[in-house]
Amino acid sequence: MGVTSGNPHNPMNLIPPGTDQDLILKGVDETLKEKGFVLSSVDALVNWARTGSLWPMTFGLACCAVEMIHAYMPRYDLDRMGVVPRPSPRQSDVMIVAGTVTNKMAPAVRKVYDQMAEPRWVISMGSCANGGGYYHYSYSVLRGCDRIVPVDVYVPGCPPTAEALVYGIMQLQKKIRRTGTLRR
Amino acid sequence: MKLTEDQVQALRDLGDHVAAIMPHDVIKTELAKQELIVTVQRGSIVKVLTTLRDDVNCKFSQLVELTAVDYPEREQRFDVVYCLLSMKHNQRVRVKLATDEATPVPTVTGVFSTAGWFEREVWDMYGVFFADHPDLRRILTDYGFEGHPLRKDFPLTGYVEMRYDEDQKRIVYEPVKLAQDFRSFDFLSPWEAMTSRWLPGDEKAAQQAEGKK
Repeated sequence: MGVTSGNPHNPMNLIPPGTDQDLILKGVDETLKEKGFVLSSVDALVNWARTGSLWPMTFGLACCAVEMIHAYMPRYDLDRMGVVPRPSPRQSDVMIVAGTVTNKMAPAVRKVYDQMAEPRWVISMGSCANGGGYYHYSYSVLRGCDRIVPVDVYVPGCPPTAEALVYGIMQLQKKIRRTGTLRR
Repeated sequence: MKLTEDQVQALRDLGDHVAAIMPHDVIKTELAKQELIVTVQRGSIVKVLTTLRDDVNCKFSQLVELTAVDYPEREQRFDVVYCLLSMKHNQRVRVKLATDEATPVPTVTGVFSTAGWFEREVWDMYGVFFADHPDLRRILTDYGFEGHPLRKDFPLTGYVEMRYDEDQKRIVYEPVKLAQDFRSFDFLSPWEAMTSRWLPGDEKAAQQAEGKK
């Protein structure tokens, strides 16, 4: 202990450049190639970054929007999860469709979705956005926002509580961690 | 709010007054549940509302709402209803007139400017046409919507529904296809309207069916 032997200019016992070193480096290189170690690590990093800053495009259309506001307020405080509402689709990662999507509103919802940059996700919040809900048989209401945009997470309820929405966002984070890749 | 006897009497007097100053325009005045209803000729609505607004005994300065009612069994199937408020005398009055799909009603935008959007809504929902309206477009329903949804003969689900078409990259309209028909519950039996025939375990419905035989 405390006693080192060998060259004082090479205290860690490094292997000097030469055939031996090349052999070891080649071995490491091949392991990397086989196991894909570096790539999966970048994926984990990217997923961590994505789940940690899910900026939602708030699409508050009806009473569900009030529960969404509750989720942003100090008690549940979505900001601490990196969920910061954005007023512009260009800056957002996820669209929270909160409320009744009427036929007149549907093209606008789709347009906002189209303007969002990849990667993008959609949370459908409440019975009306999930499947028309109370207005399912109405002449003027879309029977679920999944008719116009692909939905990742459905949050049930009429309206869902703030906790339910927070849980939905956490489910989306779980989904991103599970399925998200750098390459799309 | 329940009115006092004096307030009811004042409404009764107001009805008599209105009928007296416009005998050719007012068809009848009545008091229903302490509310004054004045039924007028269709062509005189502008004159009646102007008088109600300017007459010193009326001073109905505010048009609170304007709507319509559909009675499909009647020859003149629509009632157009004008609700007025007099802030001077703390009174309300309801003015009604009858019309049908084809006959236009004179616009009252010249009397109350707020009537503009109200009349657009009535046109949108009931298809009552207002003559000389400055901008009679639809106001609530979808762009390119066909039909008037608050008419009794308009189906609840409408005629078209929409979805996003991935090939055309746009939203398309299609005829309505319902996965499940609309069910109407009368809440007499817990099983009623759930199926067309009774379910196992619903002894009451079975007994009723046997009783009918």
